[in-house]
Amino acid sequence: MADKKTNFFMKLIKNQIFIPIAALLILVIFNLIADPSFFAISLDKNSNGDPVLSGNIITILDNASELVILAIGMTLVTAASGGQDISVGAGIALAGSVVLRVLCGTESRTETLHAPIIVAFIACCIVAMLFGAFNGVLVAYFKIQPMVATLILFTAGRSIAAWINNNELPIISDIKFSYYGNFIPGIPVPTPVFIAILCMIIIALVLRFTKLGLFTQAVGINSESSRLNGINPQLVKFSTYVILGLCVAVAGFIKVSRFSTINYSVIAKDIEMDAILAVALGGNALSGGKFNMPASILGAYVIQFLTTTLFKFNVVASALPAYKAIVVILLVVLSSPVVRDKIASLKKKAASNTAAGGAH
Amino acid sequence: MKIKKTLAMLLSLTLGLCAFTGCGETAGNSSTDNNTTNNAKPSGELIKVAIINNDPNESGYRTANDKDMKATFTKENGYDAQFAYSLKNDEQIAAAKQAIQDEVDYLIISAAGTSGWDSVLQDAKAQEIKVILFDRTIDADESLYEASIVSDMAKEGDTAVSWLASQKLSEYNIIHIQGVMGSAAQIGRSGALDDKVKAESSWNIVTQQTAEWNAETAQQIVQSVIDSGKKFNVIYAENDDMAKGAVAALDKANISHGVGKDVIVMGFDCNKWALEELLKGNWNYDGQCNPFQASYIHDIITNLENGKAPESKTIIMDEKGFDASSISQADVDQYGI
Repeated sequence: MADKKTNFFMKLIKNQIFIPIAALLILVIFNLIADPSFFAISLDKNSNGDPVLSGNIITILDNASELVILAIGMTLVTAASGGQDISVGAGIALAGSVVLRVLCGTESRTETLHAPIIVAFIACCIVAMLFGAFNGVLVAYFKIQPMVATLILFTAGRSIAAWINNNELPIISDIKFSYYGNFIPGIPVPTPVFIAILCMIIIALVLRFTKLGLFTQAVGINSESSRLNGINPQLVKFSTYVILGLCVAVAGFIKVSRFSTINYSVIAKDIEMDAILAVALGGNALSGGKFNMPASILGAYVIQFLTTTLFKFNVVASALPAYKAIVVILLVVLSSPVVRDKIASLKKKAASNTAAGGAH
Repeated sequence: MKIKKTLAMLLSLTLGLCAFTGCGETAGNSSTDNNTTNNAKPSGELIKVAIINNDPNESGYRTANDKDMKATFTKENGYDAQFAYSLKNDEQIAAAKQAIQDEVDYLIISAAGTSGWDSVLQDAKAQEIKVILFDRTIDADESLYEASIVSDMAKEGDTAVSWLASQKLSEYNIIHIQGVMGSAAQIGRSGALDDKVKAESSWNIVTQQTAEWNAETAQQIVQSVIDSGKKFNVIYAENDDMAKGAVAALDKANISHGVGKDVIVMGFDCNKWALEELLKGNWNYDGQCNPFQASYIHDIITNLENGKAPESKTIIMDEKGFDASSISQADVDQYGI
């Protein structure tokens, strides 16, 4: 009996998804003790008279959406190329800028949309995937370190985004455009939550019914031997960057829809770091190889949960990054294999001690 | 293999360079004529100025500022102007050195950082190039420049806070959304409010957080106050974007805001769209941060050319605060950026 129990515990603690779940649990318990009203959800009307759900949990689910979508692409890129794309924030500015350019034409203030929203969305997907392909070519075919290759767009992306709209800050007054980042009238759940769920379902189906997961992991673990087994490692790496480009497009579309406008220098600022952190919190090796997609997604929710918790407890503004850093350090250290093995072996010892005690 | 690697290196290098030059159309390349050592200009000759600014994409403020500069320093107004943009101090200093080599008459600088400018300004002085600072001051001896045209952020804060005090609310429960901590705008605009809250017992801060100029973060901060059920009747956001984010959260919770409504909304920077919100009565106040320094600089240069030095080294620009109940369409058109 005792043996089985420890085995189960060992399995649990060895499981990758244990870390983000544990982190989430700690945050939940902390909030439950400190102030149970944190979890209150209420159904109110917004200023347009439409019913909307509100509460911290809704805020977390809503605001984590873009990060979740990015984490999906970032996990694949990390697994296949053993590096991270640091240009996703700039990519979001670019994608958002394209959306506004298509919808507004050259006017910065427009009453009527110049194109259907779906056209703008497709255009932004194409542009973002092209930029993803650019990163992918540098990484896969020119064998440049991912961080260096993506540094180019990291530096230039926001300037290009501003250039696309002639440095104007277009504002869209058509209310329909704001549905994608806020609420569709009559549906009380924020739309980004649905978009994030849709992305999760799609990636789950892709991983289930295609060889994408297997190929990326094979390439990440040993690109040479995967080549010998008939996989084209360059193509696999390249396509992960294009997929990340698509994720960036979706995230950028949500971001500009939230306020129906853009600010090139602050939109999605530092989101690349949060996306990488989500992958790391998910217990995925940043050096590539095996990955666990649900763990990364949970990692993204943990980050937003943490941010909302810190806002809720009104931490002094200048100390906010420090608090976040402390929690992140704790989580990352706890999720490191060394510490996890230590904990597991300690538990084993304790278990065998009690087992020995029982035999006497 | 090796060739591939070198190729890759080369490609990334050129791409990188393209990326950098893309945002830094630098000063240098204009033709240098070597006869301009003589500072007294015969009429008709263009005055050579080098304008070193921050990247116009940085913010709406900077975009408006750059447009204003470009509209003022034209051939028609008697200038031969070259522009250099960078958000990095060292790149700006390099551009200034280049301009000195080009023997410009005036060096007009909005410094990215406050330090490191001494030696380059001394070079300029040695060559009798006059330096005018705008928007941002630097840590250098006053003798190294002719004038410094700046915004007084503390005054902006004071104007806003005294406007708020004039609303005579029985109680002030304020959500204070700050800019990037430590920036001049944040220090000035926070300082005035902090002082007032300390002095008056009816002024309370409900929450004080930094949204780092970001609308979305501001929305989350206000959302979290609403979710926790605390009462508030003033939103003091240190720029327009953050005020917009705050208003989005209010709209979502069906809390009325604007003239004669439950919550007073205050922003800064006078973006055109923000002034339009004032005009509609959705916001209550917007404080100006004046980006139109070009006319001030133009006046100073004209005076200097006529041998008249500016009266004081530091020139503080006029900055207004707009009240939603008195703003007009003309104000929006004139002051909106």
